[in-house]
Amino acid sequence: MRELSFDAVVIGGGAAGMAAALELDAKGHTVALVEREERLGGILAQCVHSGFGLVEFDEELTGPEFAERFEDRVSGRPISVFCGCTVLELSSGEGDKVASCISAREGALRLKSRAVVLAMGCRERNRGNIRIPGSRPAGIFTAGLAQRLVNVEGYVPGKEVVVIGSGDIGLIMARRMSWIGCKVHAVVEILPYPSGLTRNIVQCLHDFGIPLYLSHLTTEVYGRDRVEGIEVAPIENGALIMEKAFKIPCDTVLLSVGLVPENELSRNAGVAINPMTNGAWTDSSLMTSVPGVFACGNVLHVHDLVDYVVEEAGRAGRFAALWLEGAGPGREARIKIGPNVRYVAPARVEIGRDNKLYLRTMIVKNDAVLEVKQGGKVLLSSKRNHVQPSEMITLTLGKTELSSVGDLPDAAIEISIQ
Amino acid sequence: MEESFDVAIIGAGVCGANIARRLSAYELDVALVDKEADVSFGVSKANSGIVHGGFHHNRKLLKARLEIQGAMMFDRLKAELDFPFVRCGIVVVALHEDEMRAVEQLYAQGVENGVIGVEMCSRERMLDLEPKLSGDALGGLYAPGGGIVEPYRFVFSLVESATRNGVRLYTDWDLVSAAREGEAWSLRAADGRKMRARFAVNCGGLFADEISRIFGAEAYSIKGRKGEYYLLDKLTRARPDRVVFPVPTSLSKGMLVVPTVEGTVLLGPTASAVEDKGDSATTRERLETILRSARTMVPDISETDVITSFAGIRPTLGEDFYIDASAKVPAFIQVAGIQSPGLTASPAIGEYVKDLLKKVGLVLVEKADWDPAVPKAPRARDLSLFELDALAAEDGGYGEVVCRCERVTEAEIVAAIRRGHRTLDGIKYFTRAQMGRCQGGFCTYKILKILMRETGMPWSEIAKHGRGSTLLRGEL
Repeated sequence: MRELSFDAVVIGGGAAGMAAALELDAKGHTVALVEREERLGGILAQCVHSGFGLVEFDEELTGPEFAERFEDRVSGRPISVFCGCTVLELSSGEGDKVASCISAREGALRLKSRAVVLAMGCRERNRGNIRIPGSRPAGIFTAGLAQRLVNVEGYVPGKEVVVIGSGDIGLIMARRMSWIGCKVHAVVEILPYPSGLTRNIVQCLHDFGIPLYLSHLTTEVYGRDRVEGIEVAPIENGALIMEKAFKIPCDTVLLSVGLVPENELSRNAGVAINPMTNGAWTDSSLMTSVPGVFACGNVLHVHDLVDYVVEEAGRAGRFAALWLEGAGPGREARIKIGPNVRYVAPARVEIGRDNKLYLRTMIVKNDAVLEVKQGGKVLLSSKRNHVQPSEMITLTLGKTELSSVGDLPDAAIEISIQ
Repeated sequence: MEESFDVAIIGAGVCGANIARRLSAYELDVALVDKEADVSFGVSKANSGIVHGGFHHNRKLLKARLEIQGAMMFDRLKAELDFPFVRCGIVVVALHEDEMRAVEQLYAQGVENGVIGVEMCSRERMLDLEPKLSGDALGGLYAPGGGIVEPYRFVFSLVESATRNGVRLYTDWDLVSAAREGEAWSLRAADGRKMRARFAVNCGGLFADEISRIFGAEAYSIKGRKGEYYLLDKLTRARPDRVVFPVPTSLSKGMLVVPTVEGTVLLGPTASAVEDKGDSATTRERLETILRSARTMVPDISETDVITSFAGIRPTLGEDFYIDASAKVPAFIQVAGIQSPGLTASPAIGEYVKDLLKKVGLVLVEKADWDPAVPKAPRARDLSLFELDALAAEDGGYGEVVCRCERVTEAEIVAAIRRGHRTLDGIKYFTRAQMGRCQGGFCTYKILKILMRETGMPWSEIAKHGRGSTLLRGEL
């Protein structure tokens, strides 16, 4: 069994992992990038639609094009890439971290390093997670699996389609299925507002005349061998109105009901998980509860755009490099979750520098105000035209705003949306 | 040319499989047929997977005697057949004073039945045996011999052992007619295939009444009773160390909390009569009932841990099993109404039916070269990194992880296909790929490609569980 040593091991070769590895390499550290699939790029490979790169490259790219730009950068650098290689276990004892891996070509491998960056991404929630009752026929796919089958494998999973959940992948797939000649009968969403980006509602549903049923619960799946239809019922004032239930015939159901960070390896290494994000708790430098283990991208919290993923991952790479050089964060303040905020990542800020934060709200509101306070004192107040849970909010807390945070040992600043 | 057998077993569930394997030890030509695409696709695939403790039923019932006898056969079977089975013990929890009296009766019945090690437990003893129990527990019963088994894997191993010893397996073989011609039954399947058999055994499960009618034997009616289940992720905090039973009612043993051999937690089953014996749909109301009931015993259970739900149908007939030679037609054995504790009793049913066949004239001559063992199928999740490395050196497929949630490698998928599991569900039950927390979201397309490569099947034939359940509807 081969055993190799690096300054840092990055787990996951999608957008986040590549961005983090590039930054570590740029700071002069030796890096291993481990990817379980045969090539780098992660889920971008199957996202053949455009809309990627507007922030990072200031142009509109497809998923594979976006991935290729990073792959090209990686291949131009002395980063050790292990594709087709699955990390089975991550241990973090006193000394080095060890990633135990297996691959068809090499057999078992042990990758030792001082720092680790977690970049494993997320998985789709499935039918069981949201407990849709009914029969268990063929023809029920998560939207991402259907996307893989259509865009990479070249198969049509079904002809008469209903999408349950209005997450972005479901919306993109509603359009994709329409393009390949399928009939998409409806998108059914339990919440009173869509879970996906507004631009996707417009471009993927409105432009194709696909009805969106908001505040509707799927109450039954029909069909013994193959799906024959689903039953949905409206929710009015919080109550399910079964008298108004109706059946939508279909041979295929796509599920787009949320994403969950894949933190099995992180837990295995003793990383503490935030139940609000299902990702790691980190300090202001994106370091988890295990010293030397950093997290970024969708394994930390689920992002809307890959552009935000690579921004965050680049930061994680730079912080990991600093940690390897012996420099941790300076004085930090804890972020307290205020009214109408679901989470803020990271959960701490460093007082002596500018901090980039990503947060999600719990409400839909026009002319909202994002407020950062310490005690009774407002540090920052920022107007937002429109906020909704599906659109991630970015916020930069500058060192000037933070300069007045006192010298308390457990200083906390509260972020709220009103 | 139609084939001739000494015995045809109709139905390859846990009873048919045990009988086939038992008969494979003798100089006999045996056919095992099933109408589904794979074995264990009926009642045997969706149940609680319990090897019962022998205290639930009175000894005057055949099913109680077979349960006790069958339960004792599992250790040897596991050693020979390599299927997941653990004697983790069973606790029955009393939450009220009157339930304690019911537990005392169960204890007395267990002692009378000769159950080894059964004990009455105080509250303290219960919580010591099973710390996940609710603090409301007043006491209960402990049966250390009770255990858990993966029922489909048990059937797969039995069938593999039977076929290695000469039994012929026919799947998608849906019996439509049976006629006595001379000294044999002439059997015909829906697709026109035919066979002859001197003796026939009805292990038709939910459809045993239908099989009996086709043979012109006794008229009876099997009623379906649906049981719905929830499955919880391995990471749940609510996993008990032992099987947790409530105090039974006159109708059923109640809804259990089962720590499965593979690390997940199973909650259920409910019990509701169904008209349509193919109706294994789950319902919102009953699934809520399961969560409520299970939480009274194990309060840590959370709906956020649910990874899937499913239902199985029990074949109910009378209070007892109906296992006997037909009084109406010759050379025909009825094995019907095998509901709980059927899985536990099944190895003993194999013995019992072998003896019945002997009684009605089948001559049994032991095979000199009968091999009770099946070769172990390596499972990456059970191996150390060193062991996996050694396997991967011989077959790179052991280095290719296909199902990340349950850690199943490509070589294991190939092994399942080569053993005849050619549907996505068959591969799932054999390997656990698609059975974990992502429920196939990441690995389904990979399995699809491996299936096509290994079998030469076109995409249009890849199915979830056999006819009508094909996965794809076109090619771009």
